[in-house]
Parts: sequence; C-alpha cells; structure tokens
Amino acid sequence: MRKLIEFKNIVKEFNGTLVLKGINLVIHENEFVTLLGPSGCGKTTLLRILGGFLSQNEGQVFFDGIEISKVPPYKREINTVFQRYALFPHMNVFDNVAFGLNIKKQDKDTIKQKVTRMLKLVGLEGYEDRPVTLMSGGQQQRVAIARALVNEPMVLLLDEPLGALDLKLRKEMQHELKKIQQEVGITFIYVTHDQEEALTMSDTIVVMNQGEIQQIGTPTDIYNEPENRFVADFIGESNLIEGTILDDYRVSFDDQEFECIDAGFGENVNVDIVLRPEDIDIVPVELGKIRGIVKSSLFKGVHFEIVVETPYREFIIHTTDNAAIGSEVGLHFFPEDIHIMQKMGY
Amino acid sequence: MKVFGNLVKPYLFWMTAFIVVPMLLIVLYAFTKHGNSVMAFQFTFDNFGKFIDPVFIKVMLKSMQVAIITTVVCILIGYPIAYIIANVNERLQTLLMLLVTIPMWINMLVRTYAWISILSDSGLINSFLAMINVGPIKMMYTDFAVILGMVYNFLPFMILSIYTSLAKMDRALIHASYDLGANQRQTFLRVIFPLSLPGVISGVTLVFLPAVSTFIIPKFLGGGQYMLIGNLIENQFITVGEWNFGSAISLIMAMIIMLSMYLTRRMDKDIVAEAQGGNKW
Amino acid sequence: MVGSKNRVVLSVVLISLILVFFYAPIASLMVFSFNNSRSLTSWAGFSTQWYSALFENREMMQAIWVTVIVALLTTVISTVVGTLTAIGISKSRRIIRELIINVNNFPILNPEIVTAIGLMLLFSSLQIEKGMITMLLAHIIFSTPYVILTVLPKLRNLDPDIAEAAMDLGATPFQALWKVIVPLIMPGVISGALLAFTMSFDDFVISYFVSGNGVKNISILVYTMSKRINPTINALSTILVVIITVVLLIVNLAPLFKKKELRGTE
Repeated sequence: MRKLIEFKNIVKEFNGTLVLKGINLVIHENEFVTLLGPSGCGKTTLLRILGGFLSQNEGQVFFDGIEISKVPPYKREINTVFQRYALFPHMNVFDNVAFGLNIKKQDKDTIKQKVTRMLKLVGLEGYEDRPVTLMSGGQQQRVAIARALVNEPMVLLLDEPLGALDLKLRKEMQHELKKIQQEVGITFIYVTHDQEEALTMSDTIVVMNQGEIQQIGTPTDIYNEPENRFVADFIGESNLIEGTILDDYRVSFDDQEFECIDAGFGENVNVDIVLRPEDIDIVPVELGKIRGIVKSSLFKGVHFEIVVETPYREFIIHTTDNAAIGSEVGLHFFPEDIHIMQKMGY
Repeated sequence: MKVFGNLVKPYLFWMTAFIVVPMLLIVLYAFTKHGNSVMAFQFTFDNFGKFIDPVFIKVMLKSMQVAIITTVVCILIGYPIAYIIANVNERLQTLLMLLVTIPMWINMLVRTYAWISILSDSGLINSFLAMINVGPIKMMYTDFAVILGMVYNFLPFMILSIYTSLAKMDRALIHASYDLGANQRQTFLRVIFPLSLPGVISGVTLVFLPAVSTFIIPKFLGGGQYMLIGNLIENQFITVGEWNFGSAISLIMAMIIMLSMYLTRRMDKDIVAEAQGGNKW
Repeated sequence: MVGSKNRVVLSVVLISLILVFFYAPIASLMVFSFNNSRSLTSWAGFSTQWYSALFENREMMQAIWVTVIVALLTTVISTVVGTLTAIGISKSRRIIRELIINVNNFPILNPEIVTAIGLMLLFSSLQIEKGMITMLLAHIIFSTPYVILTVLPKLRNLDPDIAEAAMDLGATPFQALWKVIVPLIMPGVISGALLAFTMSFDDFVISYFVSGNGVKNISILVYTMSKRINPTINALSTILVVIITVVLLIVNLAPLFKKKELRGTE
C-alpha cells in the first residue's frame, strides 16, 4: 500500500500544556485507521491538524508527499464528519450534500446525479427535500457522511461520529461505515475512545495517551500483544500482574515460576504481565497452575464473569462454565496466554 | 478558527477609542481644574469638595428618594400584572406582552410630553374634575407628577423582567408543590415568589438606573426649578459650562449606581444561596 | 368556585387599568393632534391643520430628515460592525471574549447621560466640530454594543464546528461566513438592526450632548419646543408613534406569516 499521509514530530500546545508530544505516524492509502485513546489524549487535536483547523507548533504534515501545513482547509482533499455532524440547519438534505459541489460550481445535472448516488449509498434515497433538523440522529449521521464523501476526497476524517447514537444504532453504523469504506475505497481516519468500535472496524489502530502514541498495530496485535500496561488496561479487561522475567521463556509472579513464549527481555528483569480473562480456565484444584477461592460470579449473557481470590490478588475470569461461590478451584492457562510487556517509563 | 478570530481586531481599537477613552476623559476632567486645554491640566480634588455642599447633597438625596419610591411603586404594580400575564394562555401572553412592551419603544420625550396636557391645571384630569365641581388640583410641578412620569416610563421594564422569570419557571415545580400538599397561597409564597426574585432584582436595576439619572422627566413634569442629579449634570455641561464639576458629579453618580448594582447582585446571590441551602432541617 | 371567578374579574380589571394607563396618554396626544384649536383638552372639531403646519415648518422637516438619515446610516453601519465583531468574538479566545463583552457592557449599564458626556468630552478633545457627523458617530458607538449583544446568543446556539464544516467542504472563509453563518444568525442580525434603528431614531440624551446648536433631531426639537404646549408637537409625536408601531408590528407579525407559509408547503 502506498504511503498517503505522514506526520513528522508533531508538537501542539494549548495555553502551556503539551497536547501532542512529537507524533510520528504514517497512514496508507485505502486504510481504515482508528486513533484510539481516552478523552484528552490528543486524538481529536491530531485529526484537526490534518483537517487544517488547527496548526501545530512544531513538525510537519505530508499529504501525498507534499507538506500541507500552510494549505487552508478548503484546499485540502480531505473531508470531515464532525462530532455533532455540523449539518447546515437552514438547508434540506439535498442542499447539505450538494454544498461542496455547489462551491466548486459543478453543473446542476452532475450535482444532482452525484448527490442521488451518494444518498443511495448511505441509504437515504427519497429524503432529498427533508429539512435536516427533522431527522433522527442516525439519519443526520448518514447525511454528514454523504455530504463529505460526495466531494470524492482521498481521505475521510471521522471525529467520534457515533458518540451521539444509542447502542443498537451504533453497532449498525459500525458495520455500515466499514461497508461504505470498502465500497468507496478511500482512507478513513476514525477517532474514538470506544475500544470496541476500534476493534470492530479498523485495519490499523493507533492507541494514544497523554499526547503520545502507545502502540500501532492491527486489532489482533493490539488486543493480543499489548506493548505496555496502558494499552493492555485500555483495550479489554485484563489481569495486570507485576512479575520478573527470569530468563528466556521463564517468568515468575506470585512466587511461582511459569513457562512462557517470550524471549529477549534479559535476565531477572521486572516486567508487566497480562492474562486476559478469557484465556484463563477454571479446572479442578489439582490440575490448576494457581489455586484460589471463588469470590463472586456474575452471568453476563454469553459467559460468566468469575472472580477468584488467591493469596496474592484477585483474578477476573470469563468462562462459559459456572463455579460455586466459596469453592476452591484451580486456574489454568497456556504459556502463550502469558503476555509479557516492558515496564513503562513512568 | 483563527480567520474569524481576526474579525474582533478592528473592534478592539474602536472600543478603546470610543468606550474606554471617554470614560477616562470623565475621570480626567473630574480630577482637574477648570480650563479647556487638555494638555495643561492641573490635578485637584476641588470638584469633589464643591459637591459637599448642602444644596448638592439635597439634590442627591432627593434623586435617591424619587428613584427608590419609583422602584417600589413599579414592583408593587408590576408584580401582580406580570403574574396575571404569566398565567393566561400562551397566545394572550404574547399579545399582552406586546402591548406592555410597545410603549418602551416610543420616544421617551413624547411619552412624557403626553402627560403634560393630562396633568396641567387646565388639563384633562382637572377639566373632568371641574365637571363634577371638584378641584382644580395642582399636579404639575410636584413630586407626584415626577414620580408618575417615571413609573409610566419605566414600569414596562419591571413587568417584562418579572414576567420573564415567571414564564420560564418550570411548571413541574409548582405541580410538585401542590403534590406535596401546599395550597395555592403556600405554593406562591414558598415556591413561586422566591424563584421569581431574580426577575424582580433585575427589574429593580432596570428601573432604578434610569430613574436616578433621568433629566427629561423632572424637567417636563417637575418644571425648571425641579433639580435631580441628571438636571445638575445637564446644567453644568449645557448652561454653566463647568465641565470639570459636571464630570465629578457624573463620576459620583456612576459610583452610586455601581455600588447599588453590586449590592443588589450580592443580595441576589444571598437570596439564591438561602433558597438553595437555607431550609436545611 | 366563587373565589376563582372573583380572581378572573380582578385580573381583567387590573390588566385593563394598566393598559389604559399605558395607552390613554398616547391616545389623547394623538387625538388632539387632529384638534381644530390650540387647546389640548377641549375638542373643537377635526382638522389636519397641525400636520400642515408641521410640514410647512422648515426646522421640523429638517429635524425629521436628520433623524431618518442618521438612523438609517447607524443601522447599516452598526449592524455590519456588530455582526462581524460578534462572529469574531464567538471564535476568539476566552480572555479576548470576556474583555470585549465586559467593556461592551459599559455603555449598556451606564446611564445614558454618562455615555453622552464621555463622548462630548472626546469630541471636544479631538476638536471635532459638533454636528451631524458627531451625532452619527455617537449613535453608531452606542448602538453597536446592543447589536453585538443581540447577535451573540444566536452564534452561541450554532454547532461550534459549522464554519469548519463549510470550509472542510471547500468554502473559503468568506463563503463560509456568507453562505452558512450569516443565514443562520439572520434573525439575530435583524433584531439587532431593528434595535439599532429604534434606539437611534428615538435617542435624545446622547444626541443632545454631542450635537451642536445647528443640528437637531426630532427628540431635541421636541425638547426645545415642549416648554409651551404646541399641537404641532402632537402631530410630530403622532407620526413617530405610528412609525415605531408599524415597525414593531411588522417585526412581531412577520414570523407568524412565515410559519403559515411553511405550513402551506407541507
């Protein structure tokens, strides 16, 4: 895939606080990239710099090989779907979608044709004359997407576009967005704080925290091989354990030694360890690597969330088999389920 | 967006030149000696010293007295009117509020002038009284005429302000009060009235401020001899040509107004604080 | 429910009394402008002689002309300046926004007479000759803060990203302003313009202090003539009342017609 966008050492400060601390990031053509992180991590700021609505204090932004920091937003081949959609309330659906084409002074027939095609793509055929203020959140969302895509941008930026929708609609739109992206075949850069959204749609996830990139990778990479404690904690539920790597393939925690599949960390180095709740199995005491007492059990629809207490900590376990509260059980996991991460600098 | 932020820049200069500088000029004149050359001013407190004279103090107290009476009368008339309007159906509310506010837009001199032919010795009221062999009663050039003129001019502000606070009140609060067993009287005294107080207070500032500074109403209805602070300032600038003393009086008046606004705001806060936290059991 | 019936009667009486109080003086002023004698209390038959006298009076016609010209220019200039500034304020940093709003409040909160003498001192220090120019300038200065104050809430209600959205779609900043922001805040701009017009049209205190002996607007003329009773003033006042009432009715009724139109298309 061709390199389309490159951020080089982007620094941004607001009133003395560093919001972006030197971001380096490459985004490829036709990629669905998600900037994921808690609020205030700088993800929206980065998106706005790319859109041209903010300028960085340091660093460069390359678009198709050209530095675009000085290019005003209206000259960038980038369109945005805004957080609250920012539809023009004084225009109907058609005029909203046609806005960009009208500005470019395209002829009436072309505009009509393009707008109709786009409304069909987002499932809003026949809504042309509807005032946007009378539409539901989901429909407004679709208008916003159509309004951006009709300009045939090379990149579509989406700033937490599903935040205002209810859960069910959000799930529907996640699939639809992915489908639309595959149909139009352009780069989508999606900003969210919802890890599930990120895991569902993205080709690449960029996890950010406090103005820094924590990890870049595919959803499976990010989920299975978190690079540090923050990523592990932010993505999914985890048992985070401090331990020591004794040697290649040998790790110790809770005063016990375990076999693992990681190597190259050195000898006797303190590390962070992740055990995903669904990777732990509850087995009879004698078969377990660790033993503990079942403290609570909650039915979560598909699985049970069981908390097992050991002398060192509590483990959260997701399993389809229930276990009686108060009973002593064994915990089992495989060497490949132990994810070892370098300790974070702070 | 920076592009649009730049739109304020011209106004920053404008504002400094036409709002800030004139204020500073008043202060400068108030603290300098007579003489129209701005370059050669001499610093002095004399203008303020001059004000401490029984004649001027009396004018000042009279102004305060008239303004306070006007404000109280406006509350006493304005509150029931606003309350009635806020409780009729919505269409009638719009119509009545339009009728209340139209006079606000009519030239104040015209509105005040209209009263002269009503109040004068041979005016409408007295000719009516003459028909039933009463009178004539002297009304023009009295405190009554001046206060009447002020109430007439400023009452719409009070009604509008109280009405706004009553109309935007959450109906659910009133229903909740009934639901909790309060009768109409109790609901009014314990829920509606306390919640409408911010409206009353903003009405007070809207009435008191012009009442204390107007010079048209006393001039028209009080006659040439009737002096309030506004007339005093007008005289200094237009007739006597004592700009420095006039500026000092304006400054004193502005201080009084700021102080009274500060006090009403404080009162507002105290009342709100009490309404929110006062009735703790 | 005798009590509630009494209350309704009381309400009707009070409202009627207050409306009589508000409108009777204005009505009598208008009625006697058509009186066939100098008297403002006893009716001597219908006549339009005071209106003819008014239109023949050069000083009065001059005052009307001054008032209208100054009001129109004030409306246009302060609406444009105020609207653009309000848009700027809404996109400025907090400090600048609060600074402007606070300074702007000065002429609104201060008694008119203080603003008036401030401007009078300013013009005399700059040695600008008092006249129509100073009157116009003063009117623009005191109306603009009101325009800003009227337009700002409309901007506050806009989606904060709306201008960005327009530019994102290829509109230049000017196009974003003209095609998106201005149409959306139009109701606020119109009421701001109206406020500026009526304030300038009716102003006395500030005009009185900043204009010289030569130039008079209607208010100043009424002030100087009102020392003796004169039905021409009634005629002039009647015209003022009618103009302001018509303007107010148009403004208040226009939205109703618009709503009907909308309903018609549905």
